[in-house]
Amino acid sequence: MSKRKGYYASKVKRATHMLFFKRHTKPGVKGWELRKTLGSDYPKVLKILDDYLKGLDLQVKTVFEEERHVENPSLEQLDKARFLITLRGELTPKEAKMIGWRIDDLAGLSIAISYIVSKKGQAPRKEVEDLLRDKLPGWKVGLNVDRYVRHGYLMQDENEQLYLDWRTRAEVDQKALIDLLLGTEAKPSS
Amino acid sequence: MQSAKEREKLGRERLQRIMETCRSVEQRSLDPFVINVTENLNNLREFLQDWKLPDDLALDAETVNCLASVVRLQSEWVKHRSTTLYADPFLLEEKLRTISKEKVVRIFLRAWDPAVELEQISLHSIAEAIRYWQSLLPFNERWQQTSPGEVRAGSATREELLRDRILRDIAFSEELENFWQTLKETVADKGHEGKIRYWDFVGAETYEETVERAFMTSFLVTYGYATLEVRPLEEEIFIKPNGKPVPLAGKKQLVSIPIAVSVEDWTKWKRGELQ
Repeated sequence: MSKRKGYYASKVKRATHMLFFKRHTKPGVKGWELRKTLGSDYPKVLKILDDYLKGLDLQVKTVFEEERHVENPSLEQLDKARFLITLRGELTPKEAKMIGWRIDDLAGLSIAISYIVSKKGQAPRKEVEDLLRDKLPGWKVGLNVDRYVRHGYLMQDENEQLYLDWRTRAEVDQKALIDLLLGTEAKPSS
Repeated sequence: MQSAKEREKLGRERLQRIMETCRSVEQRSLDPFVINVTENLNNLREFLQDWKLPDDLALDAETVNCLASVVRLQSEWVKHRSTTLYADPFLLEEKLRTISKEKVVRIFLRAWDPAVELEQISLHSIAEAIRYWQSLLPFNERWQQTSPGEVRAGSATREELLRDRILRDIAFSEELENFWQTLKETVADKGHEGKIRYWDFVGAETYEETVERAFMTSFLVTYGYATLEVRPLEEEIFIKPNGKPVPLAGKKQLVSIPIAVSVEDWTKWKRGELQ
């Protein structure tokens, strides 16, 4: 029994090293890389790690290539998926500020993402910028959109159309965001 | 009574208008149902009998293609509306304008799980850095002033410039086209299913030649003359010539694929140990 525990303990350690420390430009590790290092039972190793991380308010997140959550993924889908560590709970606005995001920047990101989601995942940059100009100073709008693109939240094509990029898929619960925005009471204009 | 020429002109204009509307719906992600596909198809049918020239028939086919894209968009639109993610863009836009910045942030933080990423230095990179530091010459030696010798201006012939590799014998684009032909011939001879293993194509008798072929291959891929097929699980790379150069600037994000062409790999390939 203890031998088995030791077997998984060492694999969980390896998985922690791989997932926490940045190896590529994008954070996280592909499933096939984990399989190569940890063996074919890597989903079980990740499950153990995820249970352990619960207490630390972190989680192992799986981002599938298909852009949507897959209920019962096959080994092939897992191999192609990206695994990364994300926060499990919520940050307070003060904490968000401490990790380098100003309230303005976060509000802008939230507005851009929700607007693109409502437009079926694609919206002209100009429309997004017009909407952002409502809440952000004009000189900051373009810079902020560039920053969201640089960080991997948005992607822009040669026709200046904006799309959601990998980081939004990994970090943002798009359905919850839209539901919360639509469910919120607007401040009556004075 | 309209003359045949006038009718043809009118038909062409109408087709152009239909295509423009379809394209603007596609590009600006407008509601695809603003286009009445049936009515437009009837318009096309009305003019079809007038088309005699291949250009007009091509224009007709292109218009049908644009309308088909609109039908695809309509289908996607219905699918999206039936998903749980659907939110009326106008309603949402209105909400976004009326909610305060602080409230937007509070909502976003409830749906946002930022990724944890740590930058680190590994033992390996420290060892590399020490090796680099030890081999680095002192600053004053590196920046030593060398007095330039007296240079006399003279003339050189084209042959001399070619010999010294200052000029190239043929233009680079021409060289690239020739290399593309070589790839197509090699694939036809030794390839399988229209592609060939990367090393089987770039590998040559000498290491210098191999590097040169790898260099040219990278340009073939960059300029759309060929496609790289990377199979990460099998650790195999194939190169596939395109029938004609394909421009790569599209919606797809371009990626760089670094492929090491080291002496060790070349030696392994020569021994038949590397595929």
